[in-house]
Amino acid sequence: MSHLEHAAGPGGFPIEAKPPLRRFHQARWDEPLIFELTQPGQRGILVPPAEPAVTEAVAGAPGELPPGIRRAAPPALPEMSQLHVLRHYLRLSQENLGFDLNVDVGQGTCTMKYSPKVNDRLAGSHKLADMHPLQHPDTAQGVLEIYWRMEQILKAISGMDRVTLQPGAGSAAIYANVSMVRAYHAARGQGDTRDEIITTIFSHPSNAACAKTAGYKVITLYPDADGYPDLDSLRAAVSDRTAALLITNPEDTGIFNAAIAEFVDVVHQAGGLAVYDQANANGILGITRAREAGFDLCHFNLHKTFSTPHACGGPAAGASCVTAEIAPYLPVPTVERDGERFFLDYDREQSVGKIRPFTGVGPNILRAYAWVMSLGAEGLRQVAETAVLNNNYLLSKILEIPGASLPYASGQRRIEQARYSWEELAADTGVHSEEIGIRAADFGVHYWTSHHPYVVPEPFTLEPSESYTKSDLDEYAAILSQVAHEARTDPGLVRGAPYNLPVHHTEHEVLDDPAQWAVTWRAYQRKHVTGTP
Amino acid sequence: MSPVIGLIVNPVAGIGGPAALKGSDGADVQRRAIRTGAVPRSGERAAVTVRRLLARLPDLVLLAAPDRMGERAALDCGVAGPRLRVVIETGQVTTGDDTSRAAVAMRAAGAELILFAGGDGTARDLVRGVSESVPVLGIPAGVKMQSAVFATSPVAAAEVAIAFLARGGTMVRPREVVDIDEDCLRAGRLTARLHGHLAVPVERRRVQDRKTGSSQAAAGTAADVAAAFAAQMEPGRLYVLGPGTTMRAVADHLGIPKTLLGVDVVTTAGLVAADVTARDLDAMVSAGTTIAVSPIGGQGFIFGRGNQQISATALAAVGPGGIAVLCTHEKLAGLRGAPLLVDTGDPAVDASLAGHVRVITGRNERTIYRTRAAGG
Repeated sequence: MSHLEHAAGPGGFPIEAKPPLRRFHQARWDEPLIFELTQPGQRGILVPPAEPAVTEAVAGAPGELPPGIRRAAPPALPEMSQLHVLRHYLRLSQENLGFDLNVDVGQGTCTMKYSPKVNDRLAGSHKLADMHPLQHPDTAQGVLEIYWRMEQILKAISGMDRVTLQPGAGSAAIYANVSMVRAYHAARGQGDTRDEIITTIFSHPSNAACAKTAGYKVITLYPDADGYPDLDSLRAAVSDRTAALLITNPEDTGIFNAAIAEFVDVVHQAGGLAVYDQANANGILGITRAREAGFDLCHFNLHKTFSTPHACGGPAAGASCVTAEIAPYLPVPTVERDGERFFLDYDREQSVGKIRPFTGVGPNILRAYAWVMSLGAEGLRQVAETAVLNNNYLLSKILEIPGASLPYASGQRRIEQARYSWEELAADTGVHSEEIGIRAADFGVHYWTSHHPYVVPEPFTLEPSESYTKSDLDEYAAILSQVAHEARTDPGLVRGAPYNLPVHHTEHEVLDDPAQWAVTWRAYQRKHVTGTP
Repeated sequence: MSPVIGLIVNPVAGIGGPAALKGSDGADVQRRAIRTGAVPRSGERAAVTVRRLLARLPDLVLLAAPDRMGERAALDCGVAGPRLRVVIETGQVTTGDDTSRAAVAMRAAGAELILFAGGDGTARDLVRGVSESVPVLGIPAGVKMQSAVFATSPVAAAEVAIAFLARGGTMVRPREVVDIDEDCLRAGRLTARLHGHLAVPVERRRVQDRKTGSSQAAAGTAADVAAAFAAQMEPGRLYVLGPGTTMRAVADHLGIPKTLLGVDVVTTAGLVAADVTARDLDAMVSAGTTIAVSPIGGQGFIFGRGNQQISATALAAVGPGGIAVLCTHEKLAGLRGAPLLVDTGDPAVDASLAGHVRVITGRNERTIYRTRAAGG
């Protein structure tokens, strides 16, 4: 039925049939910042006056506080009623294109899969939420048991011997791994001489960034003509200065490097360690493991493969997995079991110390644990198989769009994601990939192009995890097809997008300029209002 | 106010391509091409751009070179009367000098942007005429288009021009103009050189792909790569700096003047010799010298093109350990997987440089990249 035809509803009123593409329009509230909404004297909760006994008991307390920590003035918090706070955040939520709203397959490499709501309820339970990280382990046996069990699960999934769940994010896990690499070489008297870390241009950039942050020199390899990591380049890169290879597989192109064990061998022969970035392991769960490829360390992002929410930049959770040879260097404390009792072990002489305070991001570890337990081992493998099937189905749909292409490894399937190119469309129309992505947002979806530099020209990276149905993927492909058609027939329309979103184009320069960026209200006031340095 | 754009068409650009003449430079080649039935396409390609421009900028004013050098393409698209102004007069047979003169006249007449339809040879004529003094953008219509001054297609050229005229949509950047000597190429030998730079509008690509805010705005730029190299220079050591903007950034960092298209010899303390010849350089370099170069964008030559002053003798004297290659990731990515090329004229030196090179791509950052002898 064409979308112009009308069907009669039960009451005889014409009801327009659902159009092939939804006519999306986002709410626009032009909502001020919460600090601008403050009204002196307004309150969300009126706290009853303290009882006389309490007042008396604490009367002298303020005087006992050291002067340095006493407030001279009350904190500058917004003053608002509950309704106004609720309304403010609901409005902001309507100006967002989050996972729960859109077919979020365009955030390739991020693995935007469904985060089951029931797991949020578990994580929000008072049994966990009321815990304090400093309470005695004897009173936290249940939480420690979850940590311990999650470690056993990740050992089985990675094939490694020990796991730490302390890192608060994927990059923190990579940093933990780099720290352990250094400790390993230092223990052999080579901590200073092995000062280079090798990675590839299509590996997650966090690898290069964490290695640099830890003080290493970074050696980057470019792909061979087919887009695979180049083994000859690796051979040319390794030396007695090599501390480690940090590599992703499949890389951001979605191409699986079947020669990965040879890469590991080349690094081992040079005396370096091999570290597997499995931030996104969604295509290989239950199919292949870091251990079998010979890696010494690997890491997972629990907020990708293991379904915990991305939460707009955190809190996330990372897991570092290591062989027995690397285990002495794990961050402290480790979670150990002594018969039926769980305890924290700080007494680890060779440990790299702490990557972050305490033992890990409890709510996310619980969510990930619940997710794995609800699936079981066979379920995990089915997740991977479905994610790969979804990706290759979407791939076939995208490649039907004139002007879209899939550079490299011609004829080879991709694993869980794919990096496509609009190069032909851009040459025909002058419309760039970024502009196609923005116009797609007018239909309620979006995509991410690629890390820089654009090794694949006019890139876009799609990753349909296991969460999406065939009709979701059909809708997504239809939207890109429509926008590509518009680029050919009315390029000005595409280049002028978006039209249906609350915000048009933003000035990105301010985000790159330390003198201008403002991530807090106070910084905004200082840099843009009062002008005081 | 109506936007004012200059339009120059090289009427013979590209005609040597289908005739397998590898280029269209020189009246003799052009006659040979036409005899073989080659039809010039540059006017048509320019018209594609102009039609696209008119669709969005109907009040556009075109400053055109006469007749087949632009005027005819403009008339074909319906630009006439007060919206079309012809800037110079030419003889019956037009030459590259007419291109240079037209560009100068367009600049004087207030062109905000000059569009030219041609190839590398035409770009050279623009360099001779206006260099970096006015924004220029190439409509790809030649055989050789190694210079980084061309849009990816005639349609894309119009879109870049529209963004440029709209202000804020583009940044004007110096871009390299390189050209191959066609006589040598037909004789089976590649010799190319850097002829200068044009001021080219580059689209300010939207950065919605950013995953997180970055504090590394300068990371990855030529200035960043240059600073990384400068930081590791040793006092007292002799450094040979090749041509180009990346090497100029090194000199800028040291506060030393740089011959943009030439080879200079410096120490961290200052300039030792400017714009040296191969003979000068052979006498100056030794095992303790470092030769630093940056590849030609899009082409990938690190030796033998644009820097022939650095001879095989000099390269043999410093050895592979005395060679530093500086390049941004953006330029490496722009090679589309092609290797870096060397062609020093000495097969033994070429072979010693073939394989892989450690390219300086930033602070504490190197990239292993494949190199190949161009002749091999």
